[in-house]
Amino acid sequence: MTFSWTRVGAILRKELLDYRRNRFVIITMAVLPVVFVVLPMIQLFSVPASGAGSASVVKLDTRIGLSLLYMLLIPAIVPSTLAAYSVVGEREQGTLEPVLITPIRREEFLVGKALAAFIPTLVIAYTVFGVFLGAAALFAQRDVASAVFEGSHVLVQLLFTPLLAGWSIWVGIAISARSRDVRAAQQLGTLASLPPLVVVALMALNVITPSSGIALAFAAVLLVIDGFGWRAVAAMFDRERLVTGGTARPLDR
Amino acid sequence: MTGVGPAVVVEQLTKRFGERTAFADVSFEVGYGEVFGFLGPNGAGKTTTVRTLGTLIAPSSGSAVVAGMPLNAENGPAIRARISIMPESPGLYLRLTVVENLQCFAGLYELADARGRIERALRAVNLADRAQDLCGSLSKGLRQRVALARALLNDPAVLFLDEPTSGLDPVAAREVHELITSLRARGVTIFLTTHRLEEAERLCDRVAILNTTLRLVGKPDELRERLFTKKLDVRVRTPLDDPGQVFGALPGVQGWDQVSSGYLLAVSDPDLAAPAVARALVGADADILSIAESRHSLEDVYLELIDEDVEARRR
Ligand SMILES: Nc1ncnc2c1ncn2[C@@H]1O[C@H](COP(=O)(O)OP(=O)(O)O)[C@@H](O)[C@H]1O
Ligand SMILES: [Mg+2]
Repeated sequence: MTFSWTRVGAILRKELLDYRRNRFVIITMAVLPVVFVVLPMIQLFSVPASGAGSASVVKLDTRIGLSLLYMLLIPAIVPSTLAAYSVVGEREQGTLEPVLITPIRREEFLVGKALAAFIPTLVIAYTVFGVFLGAAALFAQRDVASAVFEGSHVLVQLLFTPLLAGWSIWVGIAISARSRDVRAAQQLGTLASLPPLVVVALMALNVITPSSGIALAFAAVLLVIDGFGWRAVAAMFDRERLVTGGTARPLDR
Repeated sequence: MTGVGPAVVVEQLTKRFGERTAFADVSFEVGYGEVFGFLGPNGAGKTTTVRTLGTLIAPSSGSAVVAGMPLNAENGPAIRARISIMPESPGLYLRLTVVENLQCFAGLYELADARGRIERALRAVNLADRAQDLCGSLSKGLRQRVALARALLNDPAVLFLDEPTSGLDPVAAREVHELITSLRARGVTIFLTTHRLEEAERLCDRVAILNTTLRLVGKPDELRERLFTKKLDVRVRTPLDDPGQVFGALPGVQGWDQVSSGYLLAVSDPDLAAPAVARALVGADADILSIAESRHSLEDVYLELIDEDVEARRR
């Protein structure tokens, strides 16, 4: 049997329906982005009026870079909690076994789960970024606004949002497939979503001299990881262990 | 979906989890259209057997053919497409409605005409009017019925029901029994596990008794007969002077026991032995109160087997 997008779609649709009525997911998706956009907004409007000295321009650029970096926490963290829940959560609810009894292949299941975390994340992250850009264009001081729009900030943001989300999702699902409980999976998943962000941070803080070459190389690495992540995760997805392991067993026998 | 040959063939199948044996050396066949009961106490290995035949877990040794396909890793998806399993707990998405749950599974089975199939499945379990209810709002019994509808979606060649009534109140359990009876009338092949004897006896064409190993397979009344020699329960007003002489020489009587109410005779055929016993008693001047075949319920068979097992384990 070949890879079936119908089955992927069935998983994806089910997940999206479930989110709508899942308070935890709604709060995650609503609160986290707000948290991560407040600080950048404050930065945007708290920049003191300054002369056009080149030193202050560099400083301004770094500050904007940091603000945007802060917003990259959205694609890193929002999907990691969803992804970390994906397998172990279904297992805890007892809904995993009925799914695994169908002809679904593990790759289809995993891709469906990944898309279900990826699509809302992308929508939210881009929306929040759009709001931020809108606020910068309309209300920020002129030199602040131009610092936002000039250079590669916007491009970097657009590029790294899906790439970071992809990393968080695959790592989160991998953790989820091997975890015994949801809580541990989500804590570990959130932690694991951060390393690539550190690299981005080092560039934003000029520790690694940001050049388009380095940025592109890093983006390419993430892209490869994202594109092939499902293979590694599929290898960690053990139907038998997921169905039988970790449940309470009578000890008297 | 039916085919030639049996629906399930199991040969010396064994599953071990490390040191622990879930079931061992199990062999049996299930025919198409049959309701096959898999009866055993908790921990007997019923669920593990169902999961193994459903390709969720790999056997440690032995072989099986399920819905015409040999049980192996490559056939997993194809076997799963042809069978379905209703697990011990319904495992519904509680934040989704009944119909949303079924739509998801119709997609997973890639069913053409999902709508029609869902409608038919819901009608088969008498839930058509609850289609738009959230599963989280349904009672346990109704959730079980949704799970049954889900298992019917792909029109399975073999339907595995793992303890379909465990944890249900008697009314809900009876409803599930009625549904199973109606599926049986439609010719659906059903593999039903249960730890409840009267359920197996009532619903199944044949019953296998499992307690890690398979103890017996047969029709419910065959099981009784196979395990117990038949008995005649003889009551007389006063004890016989010499029961050995009265019963000893009778054809068809293999042995006798004195019990408080009279005598219990082991016989090969009660219908042949009873008249001879009556004549002998009359000849011995005994006042006969009754001569009756003593019947054993399947429960006796079952308890005997489980008991045997407990003794075996103590050794
Ligand atoms: N994943 C597992 N690891 C270890 N032992 C298991 C596992 N699954 C089942 N068992 C053991 O296998 C035996 C059969 O279990 P099970 O098939 O669930 O029995 P039943 O369904 O008849 O109650 C039990 O002794 C159980 O403890
Ligand atoms: Mg069981």
